[in-house]
Amino acid sequence: MIDNIVAVAATTAAHLITGVRGDWLGCVPEARPRIYFANHSSHGDFILIRTALPPELRKTTRPVAAADYWLKSPARRYIAVNAFNSVLIDRNVVTRTVDPVEPMTKALDEGSSLILFPEGTRNTGPSLLLPFKRGIYYLAQRRPDVELVPVWIDNLNRVMPKGEFVPVPLLCTVTFGAPIHLEEGERKPDFCTRSRAALLALAPEPDEETKAAKEAAR
Amino acid sequence: MSPMAKWLWLVAGILVVLVTASLVGYLLARRQQDQPSATIANLNSRIKAWWVMVVLIAIAFALGKTGVLVLFAFCSFTALREFITLTPTRRGDHIALATAFFIVLPAQYLLIGDNQYGIYSIFIPVYVFLGMPIIAALRGDTTLFISRIAEVQWGLMVSVFCVSHAPALLTLHIPGYEGQNAMLIVFLIMVVQASDVLQYVWGKLIGRNKIAPRLSPSKTIEGFVGGVASATALGAALWWITPFAWWQAGLMALVVNLMGFCGGLVMSAIKRDRGVKDWGQMIEGHGGMLDRLDSVIFAAPVFFHLTRFWWAV
Repeated sequence: MIDNIVAVAATTAAHLITGVRGDWLGCVPEARPRIYFANHSSHGDFILIRTALPPELRKTTRPVAAADYWLKSPARRYIAVNAFNSVLIDRNVVTRTVDPVEPMTKALDEGSSLILFPEGTRNTGPSLLLPFKRGIYYLAQRRPDVELVPVWIDNLNRVMPKGEFVPVPLLCTVTFGAPIHLEEGERKPDFCTRSRAALLALAPEPDEETKAAKEAAR
Repeated sequence: MSPMAKWLWLVAGILVVLVTASLVGYLLARRQQDQPSATIANLNSRIKAWWVMVVLIAIAFALGKTGVLVLFAFCSFTALREFITLTPTRRGDHIALATAFFIVLPAQYLLIGDNQYGIYSIFIPVYVFLGMPIIAALRGDTTLFISRIAEVQWGLMVSVFCVSHAPALLTLHIPGYEGQNAMLIVFLIMVVQASDVLQYVWGKLIGRNKIAPRLSPSKTIEGFVGGVASATALGAALWWITPFAWWQAGLMALVVNLMGFCGGLVMSAIKRDRGVKDWGQMIEGHGGMLDRLDSVIFAAPVFFHLTRFWWAV
């Protein structure tokens, strides 16, 4: 009950501050397991994607989040685990005991959709999109039938830049592109490059890399 | 006529216009069934949005002065959000921007609610004008400093300062017109919005010569003249809800319409510069809050001061 109130409050606040609405360019909202993979520049990213989804899809869509960050304090744990039912994964290759792809696959099998940030960490640098980590490839390999939907989040990094505590209300857009799948025999680096290009093609900023990605996506 | 009777006539008049528009829109859509036209679809979503806007305004007015202030503060908030979204700001502006949204905006409306004309009429143009660059300078980012400061200040002037002059009409003390000031806001909004709609209609009917093709390809001389003339006539015909004589109401409407037209042009120029068609997508068929409010923004302060200078004590 209280968990739900926190989630609804976060959605309402996200609406009020960013006026966000989902822009479904390449597909329509559907109630079946999907992997939404997005660019990552702010801690509010998964809340914004959740807000842009139709209300009936919000409950079954779970963000994939880093355990080392979200379990650090009781407040963070509460937000990640109780309010948003995140799939927490261990990013530390040396100490981890389970393969991070394991809990994600399980969530998909249970009927949930996932929000995934394949860059692996928040992008605070000047480039639009960091290279993708391999996780997205392994996940696509395990469940090749599940659609991978690229999702571009625009402007949220201006609302709440790293190190600031008060958000500035600015309009944000969340663009959902055309789903992609792992092709038969497609190699790991090729898939990572291709999925990254599919996401980059949704970015509005005119830039040499996005232009090339848009050409390739056409 | 008693104030109550005036309100009833006003509401009835607005309802007749909206119902007629909805009926016409419905019939047009039905006649076009085989090949749906984008213009008619847009017309119908505009009419639908008008219903929503009229209902929201009616609720705010029914709640009294606080309701009206909250309504316009919300309009300012969304307008400023659209403006800043399309303004290239930098990390160093963050605190200044948060101050604009969470301190300057509420302060302006609280001062109006408290009837502090001496402060609210200079708060943003003078004190915020001086304060903003100080806050930004303390962050130490000098890149494009003057244009960044100027853009934030301009955003605050149009979105907050100018818009807030519509609810400020409530604070004027006009002898013999006590308790009816809210009708001045209705007069302002109706005349300005009618002018926008009528310019569009006249332009579609007989528009030939474009006024400013680079700024606004749909604005024509015929639309401008016809729209302003008919909205001015509407203003004169509405004299009975104002403290003005019929010819004074007509002159006021003329000034308001001319300012509104120029406001539309100026805001279009900014949109062109930014490479966008609309400020946002908040109101279906109309674009963003600034797309709907651009003419009110330029008309409100002038209307407020003319009324204050000649009619208020």
